[in-house]
Amino acid sequence: MLARSPGFFVGKPVVLDLSAVDLSQSAIAHLVTSLEQRNIRVLGIEGVDAAHLTTSMPPLLTGGRPTLLVQNEPKKPEAKPKSTSLLLNNPVRSGQSVVFTEGDVTVLGSVGSGAEIVAGGSIHVYGTLRGRAMAGVNGNSTARIFCQKIEAELLAIDGYFQTAEDISATLRNRPAQAWLEGNIMKITPLN
Amino acid sequence: MAKVLVVTSGKGGVGKTTSTAALGAALAQMGEKVVVIDFDVGLRNLDLVMGAERRVVFDLINVVQGVAKLSQALIRDKRLENLWLLPASQTRDKDALTDEGVGKIIADLRNNFDWILCDSPAGIERGATLAMRYADEAVIVTNPEVSSVRDSDRIIGMLDSKTVKAERGERVEKHVLITRYDAARAARGEMLSIEDILEILATPLLGIIPESQDVLKASNVGSPVTLNNAASAPARAYMDAVRRLMGETVNMVVPAERKGLMNRLLRRRAA
Repeated sequence: MLARSPGFFVGKPVVLDLSAVDLSQSAIAHLVTSLEQRNIRVLGIEGVDAAHLTTSMPPLLTGGRPTLLVQNEPKKPEAKPKSTSLLLNNPVRSGQSVVFTEGDVTVLGSVGSGAEIVAGGSIHVYGTLRGRAMAGVNGNSTARIFCQKIEAELLAIDGYFQTAEDISATLRNRPAQAWLEGNIMKITPLN
Repeated sequence: MAKVLVVTSGKGGVGKTTSTAALGAALAQMGEKVVVIDFDVGLRNLDLVMGAERRVVFDLINVVQGVAKLSQALIRDKRLENLWLLPASQTRDKDALTDEGVGKIIADLRNNFDWILCDSPAGIERGATLAMRYADEAVIVTNPEVSSVRDSDRIIGMLDSKTVKAERGERVEKHVLITRYDAARAARGEMLSIEDILEILATPLLGIIPESQDVLKASNVGSPVTLNNAASAPARAYMDAVRRLMGETVNMVVPAERKGLMNRLLRRRAA
């Protein structure tokens, strides 16, 4: 490993452990100077008799203990699991278009006339649905549309749609849900 | 602290300019220092309703382009000394307005006035978006009919997304002002009721201005209705609206026309 990265110790504080080798004073001096030439700073030496060291050499260290090097890799930003629902706190105004193909859309408020909601999953409106609601756009035929008051311009599930004209007048202004039964869209009151 | 208030609606002909003039005059009558700005470049009307059309020398576009100084373009009202008008240009179009130019004018006016009322043009294009761009508050003028209400809903959506305040994550304070309201026709179901409008717009109500001949009369003589005939029903409704703007709590009543006995008898026979 060291052969592959000769610069590994460069600029790092290094302590030489000479306990595995038996070197003379001149050999140690040679080692330290050649390390210095390679820009490796030796802070201290251990595992050697004090008599072998001269004053011009790095000091003798004792009591060194092996440590486990913890590598501080930058933490990868954890990939958030993609949210499968979208919650809107405000009414959706005329002209606004909310497209969320990943899942359900919930609106705390009304959906204005001329606004549109497109969802991969179901659509829940806690208010009056006056605009267009298109659920299950990715081919999800089990998606449904729920609203507290139905005055929708258009309802669609998985491509099957009904316009305001097709929606029975008896359902108007009531809580209702729409779902697909085969390829027929059913709309029923919720209470 | 100056407040920038945009008077807007989306739909045309609902009473934005009339309401801007009436609200501006009413604020000035209560002692506030007010400037009304006409953003309807190319179709300017506010000068007519304010009765200042013969005194226009420089206009908003001149100031935006640096041809004239702001102080040269401001026209002081002859009846109210703390009411000023910044007229629009009639010979240019809305493309002559720039975001920076408008921003600079508004910033300058903030130093000198208590209220800056921006009279928005109809539509949702450049003129309308620049009129609302720097607003702190908005008055959405709505008539009791479906197309006006839907357009107002659209404008509220834009106030929540296209203004400087919205982009900073703050909220533009919004108020609905219902104009041309006819209580008798609403009772007969020929008009949307107040409840229906507020249910659709989900925005607090600032006032209800009754349909009245006095409004047209005042416009024709070039005087805001609150100045022209302060005792008239629409003038009283506008005064109430202004008190609410200034933070007072005023009961929401629709001021009725005061009619003489003879008038009432004749009306009944005709019906």
